[in-house]
Amino acid sequence: MKRFVMGLGALAFAALLIGALLEPLPVSVDLRAAVTNNMASSGVEHPVTAVLLNFRGYDTLLEIAVLLLALIVILAVGIDTASDQPRTVNPILQTLARVAAPLVIVVAVYLLWAGAFRPGGAFQAGAVLAAAAVLLHLTGLLPSWQVPTRTLRWGLTAGFLIFLAVAAGLLSQGALLHYPPAQAGMLILLIEAGLTISLGLILAGLFLLLSREPGDDA
Amino acid sequence: MIWLIVLPLVWASLAFILGPGRGKWLAIGGLALQTVLAFDLATKIGAGGTAVGHLVGGWGAPLGIDLAADGLSAAMLLLTQCIALPLAVYASAYYKRDDAAGSYFWPLAGFLIAGLNALFLSADLFNIYVTLELLGLAAVGLVAAGGGAQQVAAALRYLFATLVGSALYLLGVALIYGAYGTVSISVLTPLVTSEAPRLVWIAGGLMLIGLMLKTALWPFHFWLPPAHGGAPAPVSALLSALVVKASFYLILRLWIGPFAPLIAAAEWLAWLPAALGTLAIFWGSWQAIRAERLKMLIAYSTVAQLGYLFLIFPLLAGAGAIQAGVMQVFAHGLAKAAIFAAAGVLIKATGQDTIAGLAGAVNRVPLTLFTFGLAGMTLMGLPPSSGFLAKWQIIEAALAQGHWPLAVIVLAGGLLAAVYVFRVLRQAFLLAPRNEEATAVSPLLEWPAFVLAAASILLGLRGVELMQLVGIVA
Amino acid sequence: MSSGLLFACVGALLFAMGMAGVMLIAHLLRRILAFNVMGSGAFLILVGLTQRNDVPDPVPQAMVLTGIVVAVAATALALALVRRLHALTGQLELPADDT
Repeated sequence: MKRFVMGLGALAFAALLIGALLEPLPVSVDLRAAVTNNMASSGVEHPVTAVLLNFRGYDTLLEIAVLLLALIVILAVGIDTASDQPRTVNPILQTLARVAAPLVIVVAVYLLWAGAFRPGGAFQAGAVLAAAAVLLHLTGLLPSWQVPTRTLRWGLTAGFLIFLAVAAGLLSQGALLHYPPAQAGMLILLIEAGLTISLGLILAGLFLLLSREPGDDA
Repeated sequence: MIWLIVLPLVWASLAFILGPGRGKWLAIGGLALQTVLAFDLATKIGAGGTAVGHLVGGWGAPLGIDLAADGLSAAMLLLTQCIALPLAVYASAYYKRDDAAGSYFWPLAGFLIAGLNALFLSADLFNIYVTLELLGLAAVGLVAAGGGAQQVAAALRYLFATLVGSALYLLGVALIYGAYGTVSISVLTPLVTSEAPRLVWIAGGLMLIGLMLKTALWPFHFWLPPAHGGAPAPVSALLSALVVKASFYLILRLWIGPFAPLIAAAEWLAWLPAALGTLAIFWGSWQAIRAERLKMLIAYSTVAQLGYLFLIFPLLAGAGAIQAGVMQVFAHGLAKAAIFAAAGVLIKATGQDTIAGLAGAVNRVPLTLFTFGLAGMTLMGLPPSSGFLAKWQIIEAALAQGHWPLAVIVLAGGLLAAVYVFRVLRQAFLLAPRNEEATAVSPLLEWPAFVLAAASILLGLRGVELMQLVGIVA
Repeated sequence: MSSGLLFACVGALLFAMGMAGVMLIAHLLRRILAFNVMGSGAFLILVGLTQRNDVPDPVPQAMVLTGIVVAVAATALALALVRRLHALTGQLELPADDT
């Protein structure tokens, strides 16, 4: 009964929403023109990167905080001490992973560099780095994480702190994240480089902290 | 004002780098500085009489993100820092070294405070979504930290509630952007008219429902008692005093801001939150009267006290309603932080958390019981407390507009609050059973709670400045 | 109907499905998936609705990127809690309300 009512409610809601979506809308503000006009002073050439790291860079700053926060919560919730026996993996897979990992890192660096003028950037690069870590973990070459050491904690936080330091340092220009157009490209690359490493570590951490064989929970 | 966001982010990250259980001095130092900044901002706005803004990135809306602080935001910021600072001192004494629950308290609390401050300052609907998530996830993490099965289950319930709440809000933002091409509140406000397309109505409804879910307004309160009642005392205090108020602030902000033309076109809408608020007052008080565990009683009292906040919506057309709401936010925030902190002391002193087990507490922790009594006065709304001032203002505004039933509800709610507050006090004044070891309690636990409770009373005597500050609404 | 609008309509359906799923499904892992379906629906609407004239707008695209990252963080957090609950109780469903 509950299922039926809920399902019906959801259906009615979707119908209402779609009906409203199909109505003509009076769009009064068009940001496309504003983005295009300000691209020259944004320091990058790709509009999405410009929005992410310059026009709405503050959103991105807070979003990195959310990601870092998620990792801290996972640590705070408590990780069950797990046995860390290397799993039995096909040696061919291991060899392949060994070959793939350096290539993946090269791809990550390319993505980071490409973000300035085509789809790419720190998130994609970080995600690819994390994928390399997951690959190595699944082939038994990289153990899952226990409580991170201080060096690792620095690595996890560095990207966010660099971003925050640049943002706050630019207060001298009059506003948070107010890049001077001449240096914008360099500062954004600095931020993105830091983020790539930290995001790679955080995303890998999200996986490696949570990935345990079911039998590992004592 | 930008430092109110940057500082907590900095000390939260540094506390994480320092390692589990460390960073309390960073946090207390940072919070002390933030308190000064918040006072400074409030005086500046109060003296200037206008809102202040900050264009992040120097772009300005609608391309960039604007931050804005008017009297309402400044008041909320002030409350946040003034509650967080004593609670930080309290928490530094509450968590023992090597306490698993406290290992990551400081970074999580830092992100929580940063989320609150960023939310109160933001003037961009999508940016607010990000701050809501920062706030929600930090709060869930604090509830879950190092806890047992019940606590984790409560955290999961809370997580789903807060995630669904933000998803509804996000869908609303998406529809608004689709309809108007902007998410900046200042650009949006003149664009919304009573002839807005149906999509905007749906967007408004979704955003308000999502935020009510996060504020735990009846019937969306189901997640609050286990989460607030099950968490460690400093966390319960932060959550009950501040986190639920953030989404209330946002509802109020949207209600008197961009969505005001929609609501003016359908005035009956304002009675919906008021009706739910009324049910919350009675249901929450009733459950508090029946509760067996001390912290559950206090958590249900939060459900009831949040109800008062929603009584002001039908009154917003007249004068003084916003002030009454903010006064109630202050009164409940200070008093509830004090009461949860006091409950933490009582639980430490008696070694368990049933109300029946409080017998004789008066001889062991008299200061804490005095704290409980003072904060209880605020919850009941006895003069001269700020709770009295808040309720009196609601009644005054209600009578001025001829809505006497609201006044009756406020009075009845105060009586019910008296029942559950006296239930605890009566038990605590009973004679103690003999042969029971009293655990010594650190003064660093008792005094911050007392300061908060005293502030909730004294604010009632100094409410005029606050009212003037809140009157400066952009 | 433009392709952007079609995406938005599909997004509306996904959002409604996901919402019903979050409320109805007891199994926590599937509930987390339902939440992700719900989020994807909102993202589709955000991008689709602004592209209803088939001209891309970078601002909502950047917003969706931000939203996706936030959703990843929330999902990871939810999974951590579910794992913890499973380790403590052996259950993959929330215990009945005991309040």
